Amino acid sequence: MTAHDPGCDKCEELLQGYLDRDLAPDEVVVAEGHLDACDYCRRRYRFEENLRRYIRLSASERMPSGLMAKLAELRDQQPRAL
Amino acid sequence: MSEADAAEARRIAGEARDRVRFEEEALELADQVYRVARRLVGTREEAEELVQDTYARAFRSWRSYTHGTNMRAWLLRILTNLNLDRGRKIQRTPDLQPLEEGDYYLANKVAAAEGEQALEQDQVVERLSQGGVVDALSEVPHDFRDVVVLVDIGEFSYADAAQILDVPIGTVMSRLHRGRRILKQKLAEESLT
Repeated sequence: MTAHDPGCDKCEELLQGYLDRDLAPDEVVVAEGHLDACDYCRRRYRFEENLRRYIRLSASERMPSGLMAKLAELRDQQPRAL
Repeated sequence: MSEADAAEARRIAGEARDRVRFEEEALELADQVYRVARRLVGTREEAEELVQDTYARAFRSWRSYTHGTNMRAWLLRILTNLNLDRGRKIQRTPDLQPLEEGDYYLANKVAAAEGEQALEQDQVVERLSQGGVVDALSEVPHDFRDVVVLVDIGEFSYADAAQILDVPIGTVMSRLHRGRRILKQKLAEESLT
């Protein structure tokens, strides 16, 4: 099952805006209308959604222990008015 | 104590309270600030230094923060400015990047390697290794990467990212879209070859 009806190309163009909730209402209608009928695009949207979550989790690294104490120290070093 | 002295004493006390509240709020955001910083620079050490410089400046200039506005965005604005000052050359956004692939590129690669049905599995993305994501992200050119990091990892809105980077919102959107495509292309190269 390969896409290549022009509807799939349009749907691919709308992917990022759709997931960002940044499409105009008429574009949402176009995307959802196509997704209802097209497994090919629906799978790719789902993949993209999972991918975004995975990227966020994979690229997110906790603050090293010790940094907070250094930041608190910076705060304490600030001159204060009497 | 005269009326004027009393008013002055109240003003000073109020300011001290505002300052403490500012400092507490800022420190509570440190982990979130670090997570973004970590992906904007190459190493953990650089990220730690950048966060410390950011907080040193924030604590000095706390009066320029408007209470009730987005403090995380305010801190990140300082941080990205410092990052530029630290000698990262302002890269002209290359007008002639090699044309990146479309948005289905990575999904198509996965489907070709593992079958169309693999895309139905939520875990399929986990086969792209975690290290692959970090490496691929680090290869995205700076201008694009900054926006991808702010929006997709820092979860900032387009508008906040525009303010942080001091660029128009349209620029944020175009860099974000292209940056994500480049990232997917890099992921395909790193994880599926």
